[in-house]
Amino acid sequence: MKIIISNASNQPIYEQIVSQIKASILNGELLDANPLPSIRNLAKELQISVITTKRAYDELEREGFIVTVPGKGSYVATQNKELLHEKRLKIVEEKLAEAVSAAKFIQLSLEQLQEMLSLFYEEE
Amino acid sequence: MEPILEVKKLRKNFKGFALKDISFTMEKGYIMGFIGPNGSGKSTTIKLILNLLRKDGGDIKVFGLDNVKHEIEIKNRIGFVFDENHYYEELTLAEMKKVVAPLYKNWDDRAFARYMADFNLPPHKKIKDLSKGMKMKYSLTVALSHHADLLIMDEPTSGLDPVVRSELLEILTDIIQDENKGVFLSTHITSDLEKIADYITFINDGQIIFSTSKDVLLDQHGLVKGGKDLLDQDIRKSFVYLKENEFGFEGLVKNRQQAKSLLAGQALIEKPTLEDIMLYYTRGL
Repeated sequence: MKIIISNASNQPIYEQIVSQIKASILNGELLDANPLPSIRNLAKELQISVITTKRAYDELEREGFIVTVPGKGSYVATQNKELLHEKRLKIVEEKLAEAVSAAKFIQLSLEQLQEMLSLFYEEE
Repeated sequence: MEPILEVKKLRKNFKGFALKDISFTMEKGYIMGFIGPNGSGKSTTIKLILNLLRKDGGDIKVFGLDNVKHEIEIKNRIGFVFDENHYYEELTLAEMKKVVAPLYKNWDDRAFARYMADFNLPPHKKIKDLSKGMKMKYSLTVALSHHADLLIMDEPTSGLDPVVRSELLEILTDIIQDENKGVFLSTHITSDLEKIADYITFINDGQIIFSTSKDVLLDQHGLVKGGKDLLDQDIRKSFVYLKENEFGFEGLVKNRQQAKSLLAGQALIEKPTLEDIMLYYTRGL
């Protein structure tokens, strides 16, 4: 798992951690029941405050991405497969919505956009 | 959570300066930065905690124990590092160790040897021949060799180069891997704390201005910059302090979200640094 913290970013550090761990879970790099580094160890490695990493883990737990077993540590939550699929779908939807609004901004027609999409899809 | 350090209505009067009933609490497992301009009362507070000065009023509890009544017990469990060297200059590091080791109940010679090696300290060099960074590391070695639960440091980073300072920060984050330990350090170099501190206590002119989590502090405050035409009565009031020049203004607000909703698109609203916060509060008081 890779976590890169930017001090120049306007995004709070705990949010940067949340989104990067989430990404690692969603793209399958971190699997069900994989252990996560301890809150204190992560703080030490990233040279940030314990409170910040604690807040990030609290947030991930609230959103159902990880579970914390008192005295043992934090693990990737066993995801409901459908829920995981749902979450990944949502990411696709968000990116598409972004593309649509960018397209509308330059007055691209639906046909032109669909054509573009087909091209990209086949390329991959 | 059990507080590791508790200061309540602490008062100390000097000619021309007073600590005015200051209070703050620190939980174990964290690093608290104690910031404030020169002469604001940081060292006085630390000396009172260590019972090196007699207080004029209030309570100090370390590990839940009164700091005067249980002084010996407490001192066995704390380590302190001062800006100035408090060892005998003419002794070598190894000789000095023989002097201090018997003072501590939990002295651990193996830990001492390990830290000496880790920090690359030369045991047979005289203390006066050490660099400033090495003296600080030696103080830390002594503090860590009696397994102190609470580390109290007065300006440990002043006069040190960035490399040694960053090493010290790594050591401190290492210490609180044990959630029963705590670190309390005063400094006016706030960039050191920007990264690792969990809590910030800010003192100015003998008064505590705030004692709160660093994240809350940095997330809530905002540094606002813009043209002077934006400044009406109401907006002026929301600033802790405002600096104006011929071409515009720059100021600190307590509520960044509110400033964003009021001035979105018209002013630049940035996340402040700890230094910004300290500076503007000092000037705005």
